[in-house]
Amino acid sequence: MTDTTQTAVLPAEAPAAPARGYWGGVWARLRRDPVTLVCGAVLGLLVLSALFAPYIGLHDPYQGSMVSRLKPIGTEGHILGTDELGRDMLARLIYGGRLTLFLGITPVVAAFVIGTTLGLIAGYVGGWANTVIMRTVDVFFAFPSVLLAIAISGALGAGIVNSLVSLTIVFIPPITRVAESVTASVRQLDYVDAARASGAGDFTIVRVHVLGNVMGPIFVYATSLTSVCMIIAAGLSFLGLGVKPPEPEWGLMLNTLRTAIYINPWVAALPGMMIFVTSLCLNLMSDGLRSAMNVRQ
Amino acid sequence: MPRPRLRLDMLGYLLRRLVYVVPVAIGVSLICFLLVHIAPGDPLVAVMPIDATAEQEAEMRAAYGFDKPLPVQFGIWLGNAVTGDLGRSIATGRDVATEVTRAVGNTLLLAAAASVIGFPLGLMLGFLAGYLNNTVWDRGITAVAIGGVSTPNYWLGMVLVIIFSVSLGWLPSMGAGPGGSGEWTWDWAHIRHLVLPAVTLAVVPMGIVMRTTRALVADILDQDFVQALEAKGMTRLGILRHVARNAAPTALSVIGLQLGYLLGGSILIETVFNWPGSGYLLSVAILQRDLPTLQGTILVLAMFFVALNLIVDLLQSLIDPRISRA
Repeated sequence: MTDTTQTAVLPAEAPAAPARGYWGGVWARLRRDPVTLVCGAVLGLLVLSALFAPYIGLHDPYQGSMVSRLKPIGTEGHILGTDELGRDMLARLIYGGRLTLFLGITPVVAAFVIGTTLGLIAGYVGGWANTVIMRTVDVFFAFPSVLLAIAISGALGAGIVNSLVSLTIVFIPPITRVAESVTASVRQLDYVDAARASGAGDFTIVRVHVLGNVMGPIFVYATSLTSVCMIIAAGLSFLGLGVKPPEPEWGLMLNTLRTAIYINPWVAALPGMMIFVTSLCLNLMSDGLRSAMNVRQ
Repeated sequence: MPRPRLRLDMLGYLLRRLVYVVPVAIGVSLICFLLVHIAPGDPLVAVMPIDATAEQEAEMRAAYGFDKPLPVQFGIWLGNAVTGDLGRSIATGRDVATEVTRAVGNTLLLAAAASVIGFPLGLMLGFLAGYLNNTVWDRGITAVAIGGVSTPNYWLGMVLVIIFSVSLGWLPSMGAGPGGSGEWTWDWAHIRHLVLPAVTLAVVPMGIVMRTTRALVADILDQDFVQALEAKGMTRLGILRHVARNAAPTALSVIGLQLGYLLGGSILIETVFNWPGSGYLLSVAILQRDLPTLQGTILVLAMFFVALNLIVDLLQSLIDPRISRA
C-alpha cells in the first residue's frame, strides 16, 4: 500500500520502489504518524536546548537576586518568572533538562546493555544459568520499582552517581525478563537449528540470528521505560535523594518551590509541567515506534 | 468427567505457588538486610545515634552481630525480623516495628481509597474504548489514559493542592485529619483529608488499567469466537459477557500489580500531603539517614507486595483454570 503512493511521486525513469529493509519500512510508517513526529520534534528541541543552554542567551541559572524573588510568569526580563531565590525560571528549566534527561536516559541505557546480556545468557544457555539469573530477577520483581529505587538510594545517600546506580538496578530485571523470553522463543526456531547445522558457533548464532530478533522488542520496551525512569529520577530528587542544590533539576526544583505554592503557585508547578510534557512525548513516541515496528507486547 | 482431576491440578498449583514464595521472601529480606551494608561507612555507625554512649554501641554491636560473618548476621537479623523485632529508630529511639505497623495502616487506607477510585474507572473506560475501537470515544479515552500514565504524581498532587486548597479553599492539603491528627475516624472532617491524596494516587494506575483493558478487549473482539457468537445470534450484551470473562484474568493480574504500585507510589504522595503513612515515615527516615527505620519500612512494604502477588496468582488460577494446568 505504501509502495504505490511512493512510486506515484517518483520520476518515471526511477526504478519502482527499491526494496526496503525492515528499518526502511519502519521509517515509512513513522513518516505517516504525525503524533509521533511532533513528539519526536518536541523531545529533540528539549534535548538540543538543554545541550546548547549556555549559548542561547539565557540568564545565569545559579545567579539569584534577593529583590526579585518569586516573580510571576510574564515578568519583564523573566518570561517564566523567578524561583524562591530570585533565579530565572526559564534558564533553570532549560538547564534543568540536562540533569533530568540524563538521569532518565542513562540508567535505561545501562540497564538495556546489562539486562539484554543477562537475558541472552539466561535464554540461550538455559539450565542452571537460567535458574540463577531468573530467580534473582524474581526477587527484585518482588519490589515495586519506586520502592526499590528509594530503598537503594536511601541507603546509598543523595547524589547523582547513587541515583544512577539505584535506577539502573531497578530497570535491569524487567529488561532481563523480556530479553530472556524473546531469546528462549527465538532459540527454538528452525533457522537457528539450520545455522548450527551449517557449522555456526554459539557466539555467531547469538550475534547474527538471536540478537537481531531480540533487539527490536527490547528497544521498544526500553523506550517506554525511559519516561518511568525520568519520573522516578525526578521523584528521588524531589525526596532529597537525587541531585543536590543548587543544581537545576526538575524534581529538585519542584521540591524547593513547594513552599511557594501560596505565593506564586503556577511558577511552582512549572518544573513538573516539564516532566509531564517530556514523559508524555516519550510515551506517545514509544507507542508510535511500537506500532511502526510491529512489536506486540 | 474432568472435574475432579481439575481440582487436583489446582491443589498442586496452589502448593507449588506457596512453596515458591519462600525463596522470594528470603531473597527480599536479604536485599533489605544488605541495605544497611551498602550504606557508605561502617554499618555500626549507620545504625547508631550520633550521640551514642559506649554502652549503646556495645548493645548495638551485639544486637546486629556486626562482629560476626555476614551470613550469621543475616540469620540473626532475619530471626529478629520474623519475631517482630525490626530494631530501634536512630532518630527517635522508638521501636521500628510499632512505628511501621501504625504507618502502614494509613498507607493501606490511602491505597484502598485510590483503588476504589482508580480501578473501576480504569476498567470501565478501558472496556468502552476497546469496544468502540478506533472511534472518537476510543481516541479520547486513550488520550486520557496516556496522560495519566505520563503524570509525575507528586506534581499532580501539587497542582490539585494549588487548585482545590490554595485557590478554591475547598479541601485541606495536609495531614490525615483536623489539626494534623494521626488517628483515623470515619467522619467528614477526616474523609475530606483523604480526597486529594487518593485522587492523586489513583491517576497513574487508572491510566495503566485503562490502557491494558482497552488493548485486551479490542484483541478479544477480534477473535473468531466472537464472530461465531454473533453468527449464532447472541445478543450484544451476551457477547460482552463473554469478552469480560476472557479479559478478567489478565485485567486482574494488572490490577494486582498496580495495587503494589500504589504502595510504592504512595511514598511520594504521602510526602506531598504530609499523610502519616509508611511513605511519610520513609521520607522522614531518609532525611535523617535513619537506616533502621528505612530498612524496616521497606521490608514490611515489600512483604505486602509479595503477599499481594501471591493472592493475585491464586485468584487468577481460580478464575482461569487453564493457568493451574500449565
